[in-house]
Amino acid sequence: MAIDTGDTAWIMISAALVMLMTPGVGLFYGGLVRSKSVISMISLSILAISLASIQWVLIGYSISFGHDMMGLIGGLDFIFMRNVGMNEAPLAESVPHLAYMMFQLVFAAVTLAILTSAVAERIKLSSFIVLSILWTTLVYDPLAHWVWAGGWLASLGALDFAGGTVVHISSGFSALAIALVIGKRVGFDSYVLEPHNIPMAMIGAALLWFGWFGFNAGSALTAGGLAASAFVVTNTSAAAGALAWLLGSWLRGKPSALGMVSGAIAGLVAITPAAGYVDAMSALLIGAFAGLICYSALLFRVSIGLDESLDAWAVHGVGGLWGALATGIFANPAVNTYTGLIYGNTGQFTAQVVAVLASVAYAFVISYVLARLVDATIGLRVTEDEEYVGLDIAVHGEKAYA
Amino acid sequence: MMKIEAIIREERLGHVKRALEEKGFVAMTVTRVLGRGEQKGIRLQYRGGSIEVDMLPKLKIEMFVRDEDVETVMRTVCDSARTGRFGDGRIFVMPVTISGKVRTGEVEGKLP
Repeated sequence: MAIDTGDTAWIMISAALVMLMTPGVGLFYGGLVRSKSVISMISLSILAISLASIQWVLIGYSISFGHDMMGLIGGLDFIFMRNVGMNEAPLAESVPHLAYMMFQLVFAAVTLAILTSAVAERIKLSSFIVLSILWTTLVYDPLAHWVWAGGWLASLGALDFAGGTVVHISSGFSALAIALVIGKRVGFDSYVLEPHNIPMAMIGAALLWFGWFGFNAGSALTAGGLAASAFVVTNTSAAAGALAWLLGSWLRGKPSALGMVSGAIAGLVAITPAAGYVDAMSALLIGAFAGLICYSALLFRVSIGLDESLDAWAVHGVGGLWGALATGIFANPAVNTYTGLIYGNTGQFTAQVVAVLASVAYAFVISYVLARLVDATIGLRVTEDEEYVGLDIAVHGEKAYA
Repeated sequence: MMKIEAIIREERLGHVKRALEEKGFVAMTVTRVLGRGEQKGIRLQYRGGSIEVDMLPKLKIEMFVRDEDVETVMRTVCDSARTGRFGDGRIFVMPVTISGKVRTGEVEGKLP
């Protein structure tokens, strides 16, 4: 197939849209922490783009999308951008290989940024850099290979349109593991660690919603009907998630603004794996359930006193898990030939269950081991005094507000 | 009548408010302030040197209480604001000769 200018334009625009999600995560998380750590929080996201970008062009793209080796990992054919040029991409023949590589790069970046939830307000910058490079190489890249590049989960028939398992389950359950290793913020049990700027968090969430159109509709890899369908279901699910969480928080007291945008993100997360396989009415259900399920996960997380600070686990991990299963339930053959449980295909649902279990277990275990390793060698955490002063001054020597 | 000024750690405010409320003291004014005590803030050590974080954010609580309540309020604030580490704060008590209520115009104390 020849390179198509429309497809190419759409993929590059989508990559740019997805890039904006990473600072979006930074602003979302930045608004949720205390004012003494907001620079640190946004910086971790920008650092995530920088680290993932370099790792990806050096080795990440190759071990994710290089030739399959026993279903487990990609080969070194694309190392240092060898053989990645202006010709057709192997997995998307109507766009240049470089454009496809770049589109995949921004996914790796935003995934790493989501993970910073677990270490908010207490991680050493040097340790974050080391942990990030290890994590993206040993957790993200293999998972991307398993699901998108002919790995064993793809062979099994598991569907993941835009990253429910690769991006959301992996970052969410890894965040849970890392949070267990790094421990709670000082004072987590004894006083309220209130978000310092909810409008900032809402701007971040809005940027995520905006960028997500590139994330999901871009994953069609062509500028056509499937992209349009993914665009519509993405927006529908986000809106349903926002309203469901809003309603949930209203029933428990007040209709929370932060709850509403968290619900939108939950809806976006859940529709991600399903975006190319379901219709708009299913998206409405997927999003609404995502809002309620993720909100319940958050309440549960708080009730057991776990400081997975900014809820990557509750929103991305649990939302991604629900979305991956929902793909196996709602896949509609009229959208993209695949058939889910409600159309009588139990096989698809089984494949989704296997993919979920495998990605949860892999992400959790490897992340736990990596975090322990970094903690035992260079230490994950800043000193108590540095944490008290806040990472903005203690780490960066800068203040957010005069 | 006395004015009590307590400089405390920001994160202890919830504890202090709750403890005072339990003893029946509700009215207070809280201001965000920056300050340093005898230790001159916090010195953070790095391999390449050190940085001095001089002015740390604190809260100042101001309350007006009857003379006989001063001891109770002071003790309650101390107990509830304490972490046992440097930087827990200080309490000052000073006499107030006159005070008035804006809503009613009612004056306590003798006008000159």
